Amino acid sequence: MPTLYDKIWADHLIGEREDGQSLLYIDLQLLHEVTSPQAFAGLGEAGRVLWRKEANLATPDHNVPTDNRAAGIDGIADPVAREQVVALDDNCRRHGVRQFGMLDPRQGIVHVMGPEQGATQPGMTIVCGDSHTSTHGAFGALAQGIGTSEVEHVMATQCLAQSKARNMAVQVNGELPAGVYAKDLALALIGSIGTAGATGHTIEYQGEAVRGLSMEGRMTLCNLSIEAGARAGLVAVDDTTLDYLKGRPLAPSGSEWQAAESHWQALVSDADAEFDSTVNLDAVALTPQVTWGTSPEMVAGIEEATPNPCRAADPTEADGVERALAYMGLAADQPIADIRLDRVFIGSCTNARLEDLRVAARIVAGKRVAASVKQALVVPGSGLVKQAAEAEGLADTFTAAGFEWRAPGCSMCLAMNPDKLLPGEHCASTSNRNFEGRQGHRGRTHLVSPAMAAAAAVAGRFVDVRDWL
Amino acid sequence: MKAFQRETGLAAPLDRANVDTDQIIPKQFLKSIKRTGFGDNLFDAWRFLDEGDIGLTPNERRLNHRFVLNQPRYQEAGVLLARRNFGCGSSREHAVWALLEYGFFAVIAPSFADIFFENCFKNGLLPIRLDEAVVDDLFERAQGDGGLELTIDLETLQIQLPDGGEIAFEVPPGNRRKLLEGLDDIGLTLAQADRIRTFEASYYQRHPWLKRGAGADEETAP
Repeated sequence: MPTLYDKIWADHLIGEREDGQSLLYIDLQLLHEVTSPQAFAGLGEAGRVLWRKEANLATPDHNVPTDNRAAGIDGIADPVAREQVVALDDNCRRHGVRQFGMLDPRQGIVHVMGPEQGATQPGMTIVCGDSHTSTHGAFGALAQGIGTSEVEHVMATQCLAQSKARNMAVQVNGELPAGVYAKDLALALIGSIGTAGATGHTIEYQGEAVRGLSMEGRMTLCNLSIEAGARAGLVAVDDTTLDYLKGRPLAPSGSEWQAAESHWQALVSDADAEFDSTVNLDAVALTPQVTWGTSPEMVAGIEEATPNPCRAADPTEADGVERALAYMGLAADQPIADIRLDRVFIGSCTNARLEDLRVAARIVAGKRVAASVKQALVVPGSGLVKQAAEAEGLADTFTAAGFEWRAPGCSMCLAMNPDKLLPGEHCASTSNRNFEGRQGHRGRTHLVSPAMAAAAAVAGRFVDVRDWL
Repeated sequence: MKAFQRETGLAAPLDRANVDTDQIIPKQFLKSIKRTGFGDNLFDAWRFLDEGDIGLTPNERRLNHRFVLNQPRYQEAGVLLARRNFGCGSSREHAVWALLEYGFFAVIAPSFADIFFENCFKNGLLPIRLDEAVVDDLFERAQGDGGLELTIDLETLQIQLPDGGEIAFEVPPGNRRKLLEGLDDIGLTLAQADRIRTFEASYYQRHPWLKRGAGADEETAP
């Protein structure tokens, strides 16, 4: 019997191409400035046009600056970054693609903007030239990150040519304890199955802990599917999904909502659906997670210590642990709570939604960022998140505590804009990748939940946020 | 796309697991709006000791002589030997463009990340999955005296070793044909344009609320 993934696949399957690859119809393509210019150029060079322009929605996010935004594109100091944002603007105008530009309050990180606008809907197939497109799977949509050639392919044909992935169920039993969030759940999963653990699979997250998550939490969880190797992650549709969607600008309304809702409610795996593999996790046993190394699988609980290469399973792993500890400037068996921070970053497509900012603000309210922390940044995921956070006083809470309150974009998650780490600096970051140099040349990233990042900013080192609630 | 039938080249052993696309081409070099100009910054943080900047050529940089690709014996390498989960992380196709421009025509590893694996075939770079033990053996030979020259034949799906030995490999059949003939992927799909249109007509009948599209002009909003 079909899984949710099987059902969405079947609903969009056009048939097989002559080379044996399946043609999958794509409902929505999100575009940003870094991976789209070559695709637009390729389209033009081949004399092709967009198959269905209204299936595309664009916003600049990767390298927009997070301050001095009033000047729009002219305010981008880096000429190379500016060229990309200008190219997106030109391409959208030329091809008639709708764009939320730098001065539009709806501008934001593509994976925050899409759901917020109601562009992301259950049962859809969604693509974007960004691996964290898996985020949208929180709505029961099949959402995948693709390369630039595939971006061009979808522009020109409205299809993706691919082979079907296998089904993996991640069953999370029990309820998450207080102070433990979707981010910790995702990091613990990656720590358990590894960054290639779900390669070739589409994950469906199931179980009480997943059902108990808000849409924001589900987005965080699905966002990190790619860090476990899965191109897509899914959560079945329920009332939480429908409640979130109702009334969003691009969501259906009136009689169309009725029709859509009855289709959406069938978007669950059948009770006897067969998965190629199943991973079980016990939510009750989870603790706040902190990555200590240079891959998201290099993660430990706040009460634990860094590993020792002597205890590695094989020479390749021992070598990896040793190399990562050296890069991070950490010793083997060093307690996680001993790691001191130079910077703190709260933001990214993983954790820059209103709920994330509320949780972090509650932790820092009435406190101060430690004097030893050089910079603590809060970068909301979109202009609308920023407005809402300002309206309910979160921005004031952050700035009173010594955080910098910025304008929306990917920012220090990948440091393509001016927000970056200096060599050797340790950063508590709510983003998704702790790869070498990800947040700046020779920078050292520790991935954590917004609550853990907020507490670390105040303490100047990692602390157990469960003691702060 | 350039066709790939049979290529011969020296193997360079990159002895690390989980090499991510941020390492293959760091983000500060992604700012071009073209598909070219990335080879000079392949593995930038490992190849060079200085931080680098867009526009600086390798001759103007401080080389990290300890990094494997900088060793004289591996200059002109055409095959990259790698460890498990090569190409994980970001979907950036720039990683494939950088490897090709540097001079690699194939990457051999025990496993690859999905998006990177697909991106290779769109550009004429051949990713080959081999059993871990076979890869271990190739590493040993490539690191040994005299190095390891490999001939990779996509037609016969065989890798020829200098001692006359052969290693069979598999490639998804559709991708193999595309590479062998250098086919235009979009052209292949557009050959089915009528089928796509027929599908669309019934699809929007079943899902009328999706017809307008998130990217429809605001002026035409109901």
